[in-house]
Amino acid sequence: MLDAANPIPMMTINGCIIVAIRDDLDDQEIVSLQDRLVEEVAKRNAHGVVIDISSLEIVDTFAGRMLAAMAQMARVMNARTIVVGMRPAVAMTLVELGMTLDGVETALNADRAINAIVSDRSNKL
Amino acid sequence: MTDEAARVTLKTSGDVAFARQAAAKAMAAIGASTIKSTKFVTAVSEIARNAVIYGRGGVISFSEAGAAGQKRVVAVCTDRGPGIDDIDRAVSDGFSTGKSLGLGLGGAKRLVDRFEITSSSKQGTKVTLECGPR
Ligand SMILES: Nc1ncnc2c1ncn2[C@@H]1O[C@H](COP(=O)(O)OP(=O)(O)O)[C@@H](O)[C@H]1O
Ligand SMILES: [Mg+2]
Repeated sequence: MLDAANPIPMMTINGCIIVAIRDDLDDQEIVSLQDRLVEEVAKRNAHGVVIDISSLEIVDTFAGRMLAAMAQMARVMNARTIVVGMRPAVAMTLVELGMTLDGVETALNADRAINAIVSDRSNKL
Repeated sequence: MTDEAARVTLKTSGDVAFARQAAAKAMAAIGASTIKSTKFVTAVSEIARNAVIYGRGGVISFSEAGAAGQKRVVAVCTDRGPGIDDIDRAVSDGFSTGKSLGLGLGGAKRLVDRFEITSSSKQGTKVTLECGPR
């Protein structure tokens, strides 16, 4: 069941946390997702985070700032964040908003993102 | 002629999400393209959030304007908040009294076909957003 405190399923594969964001989260749900994700990175000692936003019909300045902040916090904890599945219309709209999503890496799909994170990891080991 | 199609009371961040849904529905009703709808819904999200955060809550209403075959969606968001002292400064990118990005008003303006804002300390703030289907 989805409930307010735990709205989004997260799973960890190969040290990589995967989250698929459900459409139309409100601002408070986005903030609690951010908190949970940071906790999860610490708890699982994850080295990567993949955030799938393919179901998001829009990303406004609040959601965009939260994505950037999640990536930044994960980086502080030594995890690399990749956002996947951004819709073309969302990408165009972010440009017009003037949002650059600094430091947010993107990839076409989750497969590629996980591969990038895993191979990056094995290079470092 | 305009016929009000929907009205959303804005008090919480959940209401902002309802406003987005109403905006998407209104754009679908005029057969808008994906990109136009995405832009308009994003603009509505910014303006509705401002009404909640800075305007002490408000109301946003959606209606259609224009003749059959060239209908446009008009959203009017009003609040009874403290108003905006310097509108030009508020609309310029990067200005925020809320420690956020300051891209909401300027961004919303760029995303729609018509943007109007009036504000006073007595009457609060009123933002009009209008968008056609393509
Ligand atoms: N409805 C409103 N009532 C009062 N002030 C507002 C309203 N909307 C915007 N403002 C003012 O304009 C500024 C810029 O708004 P915006 O561009 O959305 O950026 P942000 O929301 O990041 O602050 C806000 O910080 C606030 O001071
Ligand atoms: Mg704003």
